[in-house]
Amino acid sequence: MTLAPQNPAQRSGTRLVDLFEYGLDAPICLTWELTYACNLSCAHCLSSSGRRDPRELSTEECKAVIDELEAMQVFYVNIGGGEPTVRPDFWELLDYATAHHVGVKFSTNGVRITPEVAERLAANDYVDVQISLDGATPEVNDAVRGPGSYDTAIRAMRNLRDAGMKNFKLSVVCTRHNIPQMDAFKAIADEYGAQLRLTRLRPSGRGADVWDELHPRQEQQRELYDWLVAHGDSVLTGDSFFHLSAYGKALPGLNLCGAGRVVCLIDPVGDVFACPFAIHDEFLAGNIRQPGGFARVWRESDLFRNLREPQTGGACASCGFYDTCKGGCMAAKFFTGLPLDGPDPECVQGHGETLLARRPEDRAGIPKPSADHSHRTSPPRRRPVPVTLMTSRPERPPVSACEENPLAGLRLT
Amino acid sequence: MTRPVPDLDLDRAWDLHPQVSVRPEPFGALLYHFGTRKLSFLKDRRLLEVVRSLGEAPTAREACSRAGVPAADLPRFGAALGALAGSSMLVERTP
Repeated sequence: MTLAPQNPAQRSGTRLVDLFEYGLDAPICLTWELTYACNLSCAHCLSSSGRRDPRELSTEECKAVIDELEAMQVFYVNIGGGEPTVRPDFWELLDYATAHHVGVKFSTNGVRITPEVAERLAANDYVDVQISLDGATPEVNDAVRGPGSYDTAIRAMRNLRDAGMKNFKLSVVCTRHNIPQMDAFKAIADEYGAQLRLTRLRPSGRGADVWDELHPRQEQQRELYDWLVAHGDSVLTGDSFFHLSAYGKALPGLNLCGAGRVVCLIDPVGDVFACPFAIHDEFLAGNIRQPGGFARVWRESDLFRNLREPQTGGACASCGFYDTCKGGCMAAKFFTGLPLDGPDPECVQGHGETLLARRPEDRAGIPKPSADHSHRTSPPRRRPVPVTLMTSRPERPPVSACEENPLAGLRLT
Repeated sequence: MTRPVPDLDLDRAWDLHPQVSVRPEPFGALLYHFGTRKLSFLKDRRLLEVVRSLGEAPTAREACSRAGVPAADLPRFGAALGALAGSSMLVERTP
């Protein structure tokens, strides 16, 4: 809600969103991924999580970050991962943050939300929980998030409800398989006293490997937009569908790319990125372990300063809808190989589709995420693995680079 | 988005809700309510001054006057404060 006494002396056109484009002294909220470790291996994981990184911030370093957020008056952090609750110090950090006036909303697949934990969470006003579920049925959900993950999430929601936790979030990443299930998601949320939160599938992390086959089809974008308009404020979106506003009426929210302006990401090793969907060196602003810590990165990094400059709109500038969609999502463009000053890959006018169709078959030249912490074993990565088939056995085994025999690889004919 | 809300009674004593945090910004301020998890924006520095002095002033009218709000602007400020009270950012207190 915007509260502004109508002041005739005030310049016209100073909408709040215009002021936000120049950035704030501190983020409104930020995403903080505490660990790359995860018990699941979701096909679309935006941070390619799985295994813990040995360089992850220690408990003391995390507390120092919280002290800094308190000093900057960051109202709350969205904690994620990986699965943040698998960190042994997770509950300690949660208590530390809320005791220091930094509210916490954390995303979880529900694995650690036992009845006891649920009681504890329900008793803390400064904590909100977001349960991830990407299908309203086990079939649709588990195909993306892995076997058993539907049951885990439902159990967690039951525990939260039974503990009296009100208005926690049921968080859904929209795919072409679950767009027809929106009403069913709403029913699940209502059943457990939760609020539905829908977000956009981004081609980030492992999401890049499955985006082509999972992202909503063009006609489903319209279906989703209509559903969102019909449900208004009762469904949260984290402002992630502002590119759909070009269909007509703007969706609730700021309708602006907040990257580096009002939001950012701190990753498990302390790297600060412009947004949670842009884990790539191109969007790396600095590290909280550097002198000056997070505040200095937020206020002084060249990257963030650039993002706060007025954007030109590039190829989109002449489009009549540019003022509503603002060219869409930077990360979605980047990881699908589209120019950053051009249309969003899911541009409702279809301009993105045209560009996507021109991508090379092997996706050569399209940026890859800078880090991959995926589990090395199961489940198999859902992308083609190039292999060379030979019709005959090689004449001799290949020679290892560590072979010590001076005659190794010598061919006598 | 502003909703039609009744004006707040300027002759009573008001205060920020204890769960509300105020963060000044170049354009005004951000208000966050930890209980309702709602964010509000003050797009006017004088309104921020008023909000900050509510707790010390015997009435909201007095808080406005201390912040230098001219009498002609009182209805607008009353409406803005009313909207804040409507979203539980402000609560009435006994002076």
